[in-house]
Amino acid sequence: MANKAATRDAYGKALLILGKENPNVVVLDADLSKSTKTAEFGKNYPERFFNMGIAEGNLLGTAAGLAAAGKIPFASSFAIFATGRAFEQIRNSIAYPKLNVKIAATHAGISVGEDGGSHQAIEDVAIMRALPNMVVLVPADGEETRQMVLAAAEHQGPVYIRMGRLEVPVLFDEDYHFEIGKAKVLKEGTDVAIMANGLMVAVALEAAELLAGEGISVSVVNVSSVKPLDEETILRVAKETRAVVTAEEHNIIGGLGSAIAEVLGEKLPTPMVRVGLKDTFGESGRPYELLEKFGLGKEDLVKAVREALAKK
Amino acid sequence: MSIVDLKRKANLIRQDIITMLVPAKAGHPGGSLSAADIVATLYFKEMRINPQEPNWADRDRFVLSKGHAAPVLYAALAEKGYFPKDELLGLRQTGRMLQGHPDMKRTPGVDMSSGSLGQGLSVANGMALAGKLDKKDYRVYVLLGDGEVAEGQVWEAAMAAAHYKLDNLTAILDYNGLQIDGPTDSVMSSAPLADKWRAFCWNVIEVDGHDIEALEKAFAEAKQVKGKPTILIAKTVKGKGVSFMENQVGWHGSAPNAEQAEQALKELREEGLSLG
Repeated sequence: MANKAATRDAYGKALLILGKENPNVVVLDADLSKSTKTAEFGKNYPERFFNMGIAEGNLLGTAAGLAAAGKIPFASSFAIFATGRAFEQIRNSIAYPKLNVKIAATHAGISVGEDGGSHQAIEDVAIMRALPNMVVLVPADGEETRQMVLAAAEHQGPVYIRMGRLEVPVLFDEDYHFEIGKAKVLKEGTDVAIMANGLMVAVALEAAELLAGEGISVSVVNVSSVKPLDEETILRVAKETRAVVTAEEHNIIGGLGSAIAEVLGEKLPTPMVRVGLKDTFGESGRPYELLEKFGLGKEDLVKAVREALAKK
Repeated sequence: MSIVDLKRKANLIRQDIITMLVPAKAGHPGGSLSAADIVATLYFKEMRINPQEPNWADRDRFVLSKGHAAPVLYAALAEKGYFPKDELLGLRQTGRMLQGHPDMKRTPGVDMSSGSLGQGLSVANGMALAGKLDKKDYRVYVLLGDGEVAEGQVWEAAMAAAHYKLDNLTAILDYNGLQIDGPTDSVMSSAPLADKWRAFCWNVIEVDGHDIEALEKAFAEAKQVKGKPTILIAKTVKGKGVSFMENQVGWHGSAPNAEQAEQALKELREEGLSLG
């Protein structure tokens, strides 16, 4: 896993594919196009790129209007501003009328790093997931991002894609197949399952390797489609392992861990441990130092797995 | 359609506003009545639309940003033939098509869901941008309230519409001077409205929002202006056409009872008859 790439870079490249293939795709940004990587699309397709300035509410509303007139807008900003500042525009002008807007946000989670807690969205998945009609996707690497962006363009209706700033390990190649509503079992195991998304998938694979050395067989599931959630796969894996750890770079309230707990709680009560931000904001620092500090390292996952096993 | 025919349409729309609010037992007569002449001029003269094909790609679009005035839109749509007039009596009722605020998913002819104030101009901008991209000649109309312009998003959108030179967009500001908590000037001063929009690089036309001839001329002028969006600052009377509702803030958001409605309809029918 030596190679690394940022999901936002993959997003920028996927937009170029869409720009070429689909004349209805338009892109909006809020003065962050170099960071969100929409700038390249802007250079190649200037007539279909709209910089809306630092005005996210207006950006999402404009995207709604473009969608109402038949366009497929990709609306980009940092996750905190896209889903936070413009929440009610997303709610009432996009999700409620089920308009075909793709909210493609970057710089989610504490791995934003040095900019600090004000810029680290830790609640975006929770608030997007609570909206009817909204699809919520969290890619684990660049290839998955590429496929996700293309899938989002094909999907009719609003989609939220949560990407990061940081370069993350390359996990997949073109043989990988992302599908909205499907979770992927990356590693079959029998003792415990780690269900993760985003950059925590790579951490989960590392933790699984460490645990294998101790004779613990760990299943790793990439739940990149938080909504719709692949209940079938989650229930099957939970039934096989009878202990589940969830891992996400998000508050433990309302995100992936909550979504999985909702399913298991109702359909297959299973010993569970949720790894995520423990209802706290982030802070400034180097990304990997922050991930360790806030309990999102591989050692933290190993510890969580032991806790889950002890509950069996 | 002639001026007098448009006046008749506005009068019928006003009657329908009153009629539909009685069984609904709730809703917003004041700001619906103030916008009746504007909406009548748009739907029966100005806009290129086809009720048989509500989603026609080349149609002009209308966004009711002040979504609480849904009754005026519903009355116009029903009068135009988008749906049977009987539907008006199901306003705000469970399982019926006409929601308290416009819902494009449920009501044919509604181009955008609205109701949360401040969002409509952004949406209209998006539609206008799409029209330019597709090299289509449709126009986009958006009706704003004067209390609504306290929402910051309106000014974000105003800036963007000028930046993108959206001359295929016409906004209308229903300047009736009243909002829920009282006169707009006491709740949150928005004056000088025309100067504000001029400062945002819009073409501004100040017009009497009840003078259909003047409204027609203003819409025609807006079409001629190139390189910038136009806004009609339409001076209106809240509750226009019903003597006891005119300029009464209490009629912003309460429906008339049967007795009050009968009185209102009597006045409106008399006005209708006077039009010949």
